[in-house]
Amino acid sequence: MELVNEQTQKKVVVSMRGIVKKFPGVLANDAVDFELIEGEVHALLGENGAGKSTLMNILAGLYRPEAGTISIRGKAVSFNSPKDAIQAGIGMVHQHFMLVPSQSVTENILLGLDEPRFRLRLREYEQKVVELGERFGLHVDPRAKVWQLSVGEQQRVEILKMLYRGAQVLIMDEPTAVLAPTEIEDLFKTLHSMAAEDQSIIFISHKLQEVLEISDRVTVLRRGKVTASGIPLINTTRAELARLMVDREVLFRLEKKAVEAGDKVLEVQDIRAENDRGLPALREMSLNVRAGEIVGLAGVAGNGQRELAEVITGLRKITGGKILVHGEDLTNKPVKTGIRRGISHIPEDRTHVGTAGNLSITDNTIMKNYNQPPIGQRWVVNAVLANKYAEDLQKAYDIVVPSIKTPVRLLSGGNLQRVILAREISSQPSLLVAVQPTRGLDVGAIEGVQRLLLAQREAGAAILLISEELEELLSLSDRIYVIYEGKIMGEVLDGDIEKIGMMMTGTPMKDIEARGSK
Amino acid sequence: MDLIIILQAGVASGTVLLFATIGEIFTERSGVLNLGIEGMMLVGAMTSFSITLKTGNPWLGVVAAMAAAGLISQIHAFITVTLQADQVVSGLSVSFLGTGLSLVLGEGLSKAGTVSLLPSFSIPYLSQIPLLGPVFFTKQSVLVYIGYLVFPLCWYFINKTRPGMHLRAVGEYPAAADALGINVYRLRYLYVFVGGMFSGVAGATISLAVSPGWFSELTTAGQGWIAVGLVIFAQWNPLRAAVGSYVFGALRRLILDIQGPLLLFGLPNPFYYNPYYGFFLQMIPYAFTIIVLILGSREAMRKRMGAPAALGLPYIRGQRGL
Amino acid sequence: MTESSLKPIRRLQLPFQIHVEQRLEDVPRWFPVLISFGAIVVALILGGIIIVIAGGDPFATYIHIARASFGSLGVFSDTLVKATPLIFVGLACALAFKMRLWNIGAEGQFFMGAWGASLVVLLPILPSETPQWLFILVMLVVGMVCGAIWGFIPGFLKAKLQVNEIITTLMMNYIAVSWVNYFIFAVWTEGGFQMSRMFPKNAWLPRLSDLAESMPIFRGLTTHSGLLLALVAAGVVWFILFRSQWGYEIRLLGDNRDAARYAGISVARNTIFVMMLSGALAGLAGMSEISGVVHRLQGAISPGYGFTGIIVAWLAKLNPAAVIVVSILFGALILAGREIQPSGIPKMIQGCILVCLIASDFLLRYRVYITRRIQE
Repeated sequence: MELVNEQTQKKVVVSMRGIVKKFPGVLANDAVDFELIEGEVHALLGENGAGKSTLMNILAGLYRPEAGTISIRGKAVSFNSPKDAIQAGIGMVHQHFMLVPSQSVTENILLGLDEPRFRLRLREYEQKVVELGERFGLHVDPRAKVWQLSVGEQQRVEILKMLYRGAQVLIMDEPTAVLAPTEIEDLFKTLHSMAAEDQSIIFISHKLQEVLEISDRVTVLRRGKVTASGIPLINTTRAELARLMVDREVLFRLEKKAVEAGDKVLEVQDIRAENDRGLPALREMSLNVRAGEIVGLAGVAGNGQRELAEVITGLRKITGGKILVHGEDLTNKPVKTGIRRGISHIPEDRTHVGTAGNLSITDNTIMKNYNQPPIGQRWVVNAVLANKYAEDLQKAYDIVVPSIKTPVRLLSGGNLQRVILAREISSQPSLLVAVQPTRGLDVGAIEGVQRLLLAQREAGAAILLISEELEELLSLSDRIYVIYEGKIMGEVLDGDIEKIGMMMTGTPMKDIEARGSK
Repeated sequence: MDLIIILQAGVASGTVLLFATIGEIFTERSGVLNLGIEGMMLVGAMTSFSITLKTGNPWLGVVAAMAAAGLISQIHAFITVTLQADQVVSGLSVSFLGTGLSLVLGEGLSKAGTVSLLPSFSIPYLSQIPLLGPVFFTKQSVLVYIGYLVFPLCWYFINKTRPGMHLRAVGEYPAAADALGINVYRLRYLYVFVGGMFSGVAGATISLAVSPGWFSELTTAGQGWIAVGLVIFAQWNPLRAAVGSYVFGALRRLILDIQGPLLLFGLPNPFYYNPYYGFFLQMIPYAFTIIVLILGSREAMRKRMGAPAALGLPYIRGQRGL
Repeated sequence: MTESSLKPIRRLQLPFQIHVEQRLEDVPRWFPVLISFGAIVVALILGGIIIVIAGGDPFATYIHIARASFGSLGVFSDTLVKATPLIFVGLACALAFKMRLWNIGAEGQFFMGAWGASLVVLLPILPSETPQWLFILVMLVVGMVCGAIWGFIPGFLKAKLQVNEIITTLMMNYIAVSWVNYFIFAVWTEGGFQMSRMFPKNAWLPRLSDLAESMPIFRGLTTHSGLLLALVAAGVVWFILFRSQWGYEIRLLGDNRDAARYAGISVARNTIFVMMLSGALAGLAGMSEISGVVHRLQGAISPGYGFTGIIVAWLAKLNPAAVIVVSILFGALILAGREIQPSGIPKMIQGCILVCLIASDFLLRYRVYITRRIQE
């Protein structure tokens, strides 16, 4: 028996009722209902940590709910694995792409299928992939290895993978986070052409603007509960959606005090560096950061941001150019020298770079000063002072743990980030390199991190903020550089989104200005 | 000292390394490092010898060796895949356990006398080819000929077939494979088992063909460890593994035979006149393994390629990253 | 795909369910000890089963092991003699493993340490009438240096060229054994036997029995002052690992190489130094065995101490204090094992213990409980 949506008179494809999912300490989904109809783009809107991805991971067969029912076209289903979901026509494109980098596009698309039976007749299947791509405007070289592709191309492969499996429901988890503005437009075109062929798309996002632009209906989640279920977007305003998404009276505003920028703390001059594969990652780029200002670095992921942070902090060698800190040449100096000169670094990867999971909070907080007095004395680490230091930081930065002896792998993402911030900020750095400092945190934690950054700015630190969240960059930064393929495209002082967008896709500032003056 | 005879014996001796190395390539390609080869080879050698002794049928011995070594490998699979323990330590423990087991159960086998060996024969026509014929196709054990078939087939399987593609995916990015319904755990168990069976055959190749008999730990004399090194040199590629194995086999034979003649390159042979120099010759395969590893590492660094990305990491569903 | 492909999935229904849950809090301190103890018991049961298969009597074997190693003061003293080199190699492995450097080469470093100590007497570096304190001091130093060199080579290759240290250390074992064999066969052979001449008394580590004149209870006890050195070494390693800046670096490197790099710690330098100290400790084991027990260089000086050290280190959870206790247990196994038939039994039991031990680690990270299945 197929269900029909009353308002639209269209067939209901997916119906989720009373979904409950608990994680240790969190009720991620609290009796959530969700309904998807044929041929629509349905946005799932909510702040970070609202439970959007959890709900969709349940639909995609990755998690099993504690309670609730799922039915596909009126038939009750129970998914034990992603494979069951795929067989039911549900495909999910995760935020972290599920592609094997060393295999070709075609191999990735064929992965896990029963066809071809034994011999991989790749030539034959490459043709099919091309045909499918043409149908939906998803162009990608079927023979290319995935590691050679740009992030946008990889996303296309993910979508193709699901279409090839005959997916009729496509779940896209924050698909625009990794794309440049023009790539976003292409993606939206593809999604519309799919919806036109009666496929249904679930679009997970926390960005209001996008949701208004792309979707037909929206379901809003707030702290695991539905606050709006499948409302049509035609007569909904941005303000209404914002109120549904955030329960506070107003969106929080950061108080950004006026600070006079001081001397140049960091000067990067014409540097070149290679990435892990030995390909050029930074090509003759220059920038500077003054004391008391936050300088944002905007750009699509993978254009050299990570390498730049590593180069400044001494983790990566440069093959040309110069790095000056307070006028002192720190080019290719060891990490330790940088730390002694007051460079702090909030790394992108909290668990694999920023902390050592099995070591205690104490051991993690003294990472940068274990060899400096008073904690480091001659050859030894003063355990009493180290513990006291950790306790002080724990109090000052509200790190919620049973004891400072707890291994940090048991900490939540927000607490872990507070450990890193406590360590990096308590040393009163003169230069702070922050890479994606709020990624993956819930709303409260994001606010805390941003406040801390602003406090450092007022304290006179020079801050280089590398982020893929344009909104974050705009609200925090005094100036914004845009990076593209390892080069600085230009500098924006007034937060002109349009210009930033053009530079993110490779149009240098001078070309934009030349065009503007014509 | 006849070069042809040395090379001929070297190919036979290299077959042992070939089986062990190829088995480990399968295991490592699935993302599991199994350092237990030495132990599994000993179990294989002991089992095949003992079963052949009891039944008189060397083929039964080979099958038993595969089963026994495969069984031991499943301990490693259980500990590393299901229990997610450290693969290095688990592999070492399997090696110790296999060695100990083969010593306990093989007690007395060294004095057991001779058994019927696997057949050796020459291949008609092919053995007539100058140089190659006598080296590769004359009076070799049937296992040597099987070895010639195994390595190209394994290369084809890994690179050109659907199951091979799944194997590579599981070793490179298990989360991606899992998301598409490939059972990561089952495949890892399977290929650890395949690696175990190959180790078993390698052991049987020693005790039933290359140097027949059971000489407790000296039966393998560290060849299992050399195989682990060869996998790195081979860059996880069965074709390169074959080259490495045969070269090593030839080297091992050369060392044994070089002490024989009175003259070496027209000069008095120092190894003949002072047999104690033989101890330095004994070091060569091990030193050569280190050199080969250095060369392999340099090449890997230059080409920036390397081990399967998920090698050594347990797979836990829902955990971010690999 | 169409709806017809949506089949309900049938599963094997057991009458009970096994739940596995990741532990989100630290376990109490006694818990790992209990688990390790349980693992040993399970290992001994499995070992017993294998002994039965091989046609032996497991109870008789285990009782024999206990009696032959703890039965009297005399045999306990012998147990301590066997435990002494194990403490050294156990520490060597624990130190390297703490940094996740897989030094499987303690056996070779042991042989080189023994060779280095012999060099002092046999080359000779010191004349045979040298005072005992100086003799032993120089033997200690040379033994440690030789072990350290044997650790340096793989350490250097790992640090500079990323050569897998598991394989290199293992290969170095074989090379070390051949090297020592050459000397006892060709250079230092005494009358064609495969051993060197006996060392002079002043190159011997003092034994308990040397004190028998004043304290008769020590008569005939073989425990030598190498044990004292081993205890001191354990203290030093503990201090380095848990109180020194270097130890902090080692622990950080061991847990997360990238985090250590990020904290400004040199991976390469520490790799080399840790491998050298690890080698030196294993070299000390060789020296103490040569100078305290056999008093000459010969072939059969190690029943696989270097490999047992790996198990000792792991069973001790890389804790230097626990290494001492575990070494005594394994010393007992080695001592008693010499007389047990078939001869592979101690090795097999060691393998069983290590297998059960790493399997049991799972229980430290996960809670496992079994409930009756509820009909859905």
